[in-house]
Amino acid sequence: MPILWKQISKGMRYFETLFLCLEETTKTNEKVTALIDYLSSVPDEDKMWMIGIFSGRRPKRTVSTKNLRRWAAEKAAIPLWLFEESYHIVGDLSETIALLLPPPAIEVQKSLNEWIQLILSLDKMEEDKQREIVFDAWDSLNTSSRFIFNKLITGGFRVGVSQKLMAKALAEFTHIDPSDIALKLMGEWSPLTYSFQSLLENEENEGSHSRPYPFHLAYSINEVTDLKGEPTDWVAEYKWDGIRGQAIFRHGHYFLWSRGEELITDKFPEFEHLISVIPPGTVLDGEILPFKDGLILPFQHIQTRVTRKKITPAILKVNPVVFRVYDLLEWEGKDIRSKPFIERRTLLDQLFASIDSYLPLQLSPVLPFDEFDELKILREASSENGSEGLMLKNKHSTYSAGRKKGEWWKWKIDPFTVDAILIYAQSGHGRRANLYTDFTFAVYSQEGDLLPFTKAYSGLTDKEFIEINQWIKKNTLERFGPVRKVTAELVFEIAFEGIQESKRHKSGIALRFPRMVRWRKDKVVAEANTLEDLQLLLKKSR
Amino acid sequence: MANKGLLVHTALGLYCPKADVYLDPWKPVKKAILSHGHADHARWGSSSYLCTPTAAPVIKYRLGDINLETLPFGEEKLINGVSFSFHPAGHILGSAQIKVSYKGEIVVFSGDYKTANDGFSEAFEPVKCHTFITESTFGLPVYHWQDQKWVFNEMQEWCKNNRNNGQLSILYGYSLGKAQRILQGLPESVGPIFTHSTIEAVLNVMRNQGVSLKNTVTVNEHLTRAELLSGVIIAPPAVQNSNWLKKFEPIRNGVVSGWMALRGARRRRNADKGFVLSDHADWEGLNEAIGLTGAENIFVTHGYTDILSKWLIDKGLNAHPLETNFEGDEVL
Repeated sequence: MPILWKQISKGMRYFETLFLCLEETTKTNEKVTALIDYLSSVPDEDKMWMIGIFSGRRPKRTVSTKNLRRWAAEKAAIPLWLFEESYHIVGDLSETIALLLPPPAIEVQKSLNEWIQLILSLDKMEEDKQREIVFDAWDSLNTSSRFIFNKLITGGFRVGVSQKLMAKALAEFTHIDPSDIALKLMGEWSPLTYSFQSLLENEENEGSHSRPYPFHLAYSINEVTDLKGEPTDWVAEYKWDGIRGQAIFRHGHYFLWSRGEELITDKFPEFEHLISVIPPGTVLDGEILPFKDGLILPFQHIQTRVTRKKITPAILKVNPVVFRVYDLLEWEGKDIRSKPFIERRTLLDQLFASIDSYLPLQLSPVLPFDEFDELKILREASSENGSEGLMLKNKHSTYSAGRKKGEWWKWKIDPFTVDAILIYAQSGHGRRANLYTDFTFAVYSQEGDLLPFTKAYSGLTDKEFIEINQWIKKNTLERFGPVRKVTAELVFEIAFEGIQESKRHKSGIALRFPRMVRWRKDKVVAEANTLEDLQLLLKKSR
Repeated sequence: MANKGLLVHTALGLYCPKADVYLDPWKPVKKAILSHGHADHARWGSSSYLCTPTAAPVIKYRLGDINLETLPFGEEKLINGVSFSFHPAGHILGSAQIKVSYKGEIVVFSGDYKTANDGFSEAFEPVKCHTFITESTFGLPVYHWQDQKWVFNEMQEWCKNNRNNGQLSILYGYSLGKAQRILQGLPESVGPIFTHSTIEAVLNVMRNQGVSLKNTVTVNEHLTRAELLSGVIIAPPAVQNSNWLKKFEPIRNGVVSGWMALRGARRRRNADKGFVLSDHADWEGLNEAIGLTGAENIFVTHGYTDILSKWLIDKGLNAHPLETNFEGDEVL
């Protein structure tokens, strides 16, 4: 979307325009143009904050959202319940606040950096003083600038700027190679500690020891016939359902990064011993998996490992993990990502041959096959091995940043499905703000009770949602705030990736990634699945 | 309903048993009184209809050969002792609030309304009553409309910018109501206004009834791209993403609707640009209108019924949500 840069006076308006533009267009070229326009228009500090914000390095939160909500309700002269209802419908806290506040007294222009410094200065300030400063800011910004200001406080600029896109724009702006830029953007840096110059400089610095490589990602395929070339061009592995991790061994230090570019070294202390096993100048790519007594455990076990602040010996004992390695990115201190996959894999095999079998470190096996058709059988059997399908990797592919068609494919096993009964509906957030789209589903127990067992939000078309919404309004039995209890009449097919026991749910069951696949207009409730069916699935999946 | 049974809520719609009349019924009935011609209010199949004279031609055009009577704004019609009258709702041309009174008891059904004067529809007039049945399409404090002048200015800037980029501007608005408002509100400087045929059809019905509208040209194959680029196209929302548009690429989609106030709705509609312009009252408008009726009983329909009701109850009014059968939440 072409921007009217000339119309924008200055200050944060540049960032505001960039944000709106990024949000409104889906075209890569337009996004890159907007980013470059921004970079050419603002001072270096504002460049850095932009890069930081869009790569998840937002300024520290200095005001709690609870206070923001309270203050916004106060400023808008509405009760808190009405604020919360509005928030529920708008779906975005910053936007809700921006829309609810009365128009500004006078507009003040400050740069992005100046606003952020103001927000940072609120840290550890007395609440009353904080409130006063936030009120002043709200009073001096128009609705759309307020939205950005609120976003700067709350974080969460969820906008489509991938690492690749940012690297592309910065590369065009600075005339540095995009893959070089992508690397510089990784790891531990913040707009507070780095200047735009120092980020782009080539020299090694403290941060560069821990710096991970951009992860290579896979596209999905649905049919093995989509694979190009000969079977001999491809390597098959299992696809593991854990946390993607990159383990870095450099200069006597060890770092573990997640795919979300979070440093998770402290969450997995069992890997620290690997420093004495893996030679320095090595970077491994693999999957952290919950693993006990020779078996991969359900995903929930690893969740406790990343969500807990402190990892106690008890947690280590109950939720042990392994690092299952499938790629080698750096070897003998050299970046080997441009070597073909098969060469990297050979080096990885050699590394594993040279170290003793060491429990928390495992090699993800290569699955032999001669014909593409054999992959179908391997895929069918993959769940027995605790995996969720196959990974198919082109032997000649380099390890590039992000996704690239034709290099890595994931071929997941078909999801489980059940037919369940709609019992509660709640209006959606954001894109679906004024439609009932958040549904709770139930199945009948043997005693004839309807037991809720899952929620699902997505999977139907807008048209179907509108039809269901009309039905919901005519078939509401009870209301609890934004939730409506409806007549148990509609049946939906729910797909999910896994089923687990759960003490929190009345049904005793929890699903992974549930979503609606279709509205089974052809089925009546008596034909839906039952709790017994779900318990059977649970048994089988164990 | 707490109005001594003058109006009751039935499966067919709001019903006055004493007069055997339905207001905006959603199924065929014997006698229907219509607030306005939008499809979710004026439905086919009833034996007789009553509406305002300015709303009548479009309703006839849409519902075909129906038995339709008209009643001018402010005049009374007695049906079995019950008095019915129309009062401007400011929603679209000819749109009315329906006042029902019997033995001193007054109930007003708002239909759809907006309190701001758009300069084209008959301006909203508050009506004193005991019971007010109000719509609540935008009954949330996040909805606050800008003055329409500001929006039309924004539209003009947008069209100009698109033209400079060689892109054709398409503004989407409902053919009855929004299209006329855009047409009349756009500054002359945007150039000639081209219309989709369904919009032109409604415009022509209005022209034939003597309404003064700006000149328009129906989009046709003889128009060159250069000619189209010199102006702007107004099309109904249903056309967005249809084949009809393909021949106009490159284009920019500007959706004109109150829903465009929310980013989520803009994304959902795939709008390149959302113009926040509504023919419904915003939060302040609803509250103002409700206050001006002086009604002690408020029934809230069509929209954020629960939320607005609770707000009114908090303010000490006797308010209740009223479920409607109107299709879809999104009336453009």
